[in-house]
Amino acid sequence: MRFRGRAWVLGDNISTDHIISGKYKFKSIGNLKDMLPYVFEEVIPGFPKRVKPNDVIVAGRNFGMGSSREHAARLLKMLGIGAVIAKSFARIFFRNAINIGLPVITADIIPRVTSTNDLIEVDLKHGVLRNLSKDIEERFKPYPEVILRLINEGGIINYIKKYGDLTW
Amino acid sequence: MNPMNMTEKILSSKLGRKVEVGEFVVVPVDFVYAHDGTAPLSIKVMNEIKELNKVFDPSRIAFIIDHAAPSPTVSSAHVHIEMRSFAKRFGIRLYDVGNGICHQVIAESGLIRPGMVVVGADSHTVTLGALGAFATGVGSTDAAIAMTLGKLWMKVPETIKVVINGKPKPWVLGKDIILHIIGSLGVDAATYKSVEFLGESLKYLTMDSRMTLSNMSVEMGAKAGLIPVDEVTKAWFKSLGINNIRTIRPDPGAEYEDEVIFDVAGLEPQVALPPNIDNVKPVTEVEGIEIDQVFIGSCTNGRFEDFLIASRIFKGRRVKDGVRCIAIPASRSIYLRLLREGIIEILVSAGCFVAHSTCGPCIGAHLGLLGGGEVAISTSNRNFIGRMGHKDSKVFLASPATAAASAIEGKIVDPSKYLGR
Repeated sequence: MRFRGRAWVLGDNISTDHIISGKYKFKSIGNLKDMLPYVFEEVIPGFPKRVKPNDVIVAGRNFGMGSSREHAARLLKMLGIGAVIAKSFARIFFRNAINIGLPVITADIIPRVTSTNDLIEVDLKHGVLRNLSKDIEERFKPYPEVILRLINEGGIINYIKKYGDLTW
Repeated sequence: MNPMNMTEKILSSKLGRKVEVGEFVVVPVDFVYAHDGTAPLSIKVMNEIKELNKVFDPSRIAFIIDHAAPSPTVSSAHVHIEMRSFAKRFGIRLYDVGNGICHQVIAESGLIRPGMVVVGADSHTVTLGALGAFATGVGSTDAAIAMTLGKLWMKVPETIKVVINGKPKPWVLGKDIILHIIGSLGVDAATYKSVEFLGESLKYLTMDSRMTLSNMSVEMGAKAGLIPVDEVTKAWFKSLGINNIRTIRPDPGAEYEDEVIFDVAGLEPQVALPPNIDNVKPVTEVEGIEIDQVFIGSCTNGRFEDFLIASRIFKGRRVKDGVRCIAIPASRSIYLRLLREGIIEILVSAGCFVAHSTCGPCIGAHLGLLGGGEVAISTSNRNFIGRMGHKDSKVFLASPATAAASAIEGKIVDPSKYLGR
């Protein structure tokens, strides 16, 4: 799977509260669509209207720290985000993203060199990230085989539908 | 068999073989729970996917209505209706409005034992590590799968050994210790890893303080925050009527990825400055910052010991005019004990707003959101931008002692002068 999108650059320690604040989660609880206008409200003004399909988030360390709210990963996917590239991820966000089939890529060079609006190419199959605006390429460590299987099936739900169980 | 740390011991025991750090495993789980912030998505997944429209064992699953409870909006009322109906349909336990905050309620339920693997759809599930359980927070889809299949995929984590030595001062609580540790190590120091708290200080720490340590281990990214079973743990379980628990402790010579040692004998009360949990300073360096609101409560600091120390400060004094002090016990049983021991009366007489058990303003859902420019000192666990209200509000995190003393003076102060320095 290979796609291109514009980069939205963020710093270190972006929390799930930054992605979707708890107060909106409880305001429109049970309906994800109602939360969409508030994604990244306090870090990227107007993000939900400006984001385009396959755009990528490029962030620093510990992306997705804090709450376990799966809404954070789901809302990014619903807005069309193609992948999140970061120096590192918080554990629960990482799991949630894998489980719902949102690619999360740990990288080193791309987060350091990328500016917002750079054109990024993501090649999941071959494990390559390219910043086409700056002509810089980075190979990323492929997912462990079992995790790759979950992603290839489009998330854990599809995996379970197909195999009827969670075994490997 | 090679010596093992607590995480390796628990996971190996569940899988019936020695697990290796770094391997991906599917682990049977002993208990699963979710609350009104995360259960709705789990229910949606389980309703939509026929393979997941079942539960593996209703006696090992619970829903807790605690985050927006009683419902502050019509949409949360509908979520609660859905949870009640789901619980009835599958015969799972439901802790309805007023029972308290999920981690506290589940800890007190007597359903959790040392050595168990516990999955909660909330990041602070790690609180139960203080009971000697491998307890970890997950998202709603993971929780749905755990409820349905009774298992969870995970990587066997590396473990960081955090040794805490020294006898803390009487006004220094678990909260000050964990803030100090997070301030030293950073908010991503334990990402994907287990933390094991060891050291001679543990014998001075009540289960209430230990649960605060484990609770906030997630604020450094930890997958679990375990504390070995000792006499304090045994006495606590005994008070629930449970004897003969497994004495889960690390083996001598167990391996750790890293070891850090703290001496807390001279530690002063600590404060985490907004908007970063690891921006921690001794209270003396932030004294004098004016506050609008004080919150004493949450799964981090809503336990008996927390209100006991606050009441010593509030007794015979008043919350400063112009400051709101919101006090919320973490569970009904804590609330009842506080009532019986006259502590609620002290809080109310001092001018505190005391509410029945709920997560309250910690997650910005209800009961005291902050307006633009307002400043709060809170015993909860996160001080992110906008966490408790407007994006231009500020949250300082501290112990219940520091919060109570600050409520009296209307500004952040060192509580030691109220507690016999």
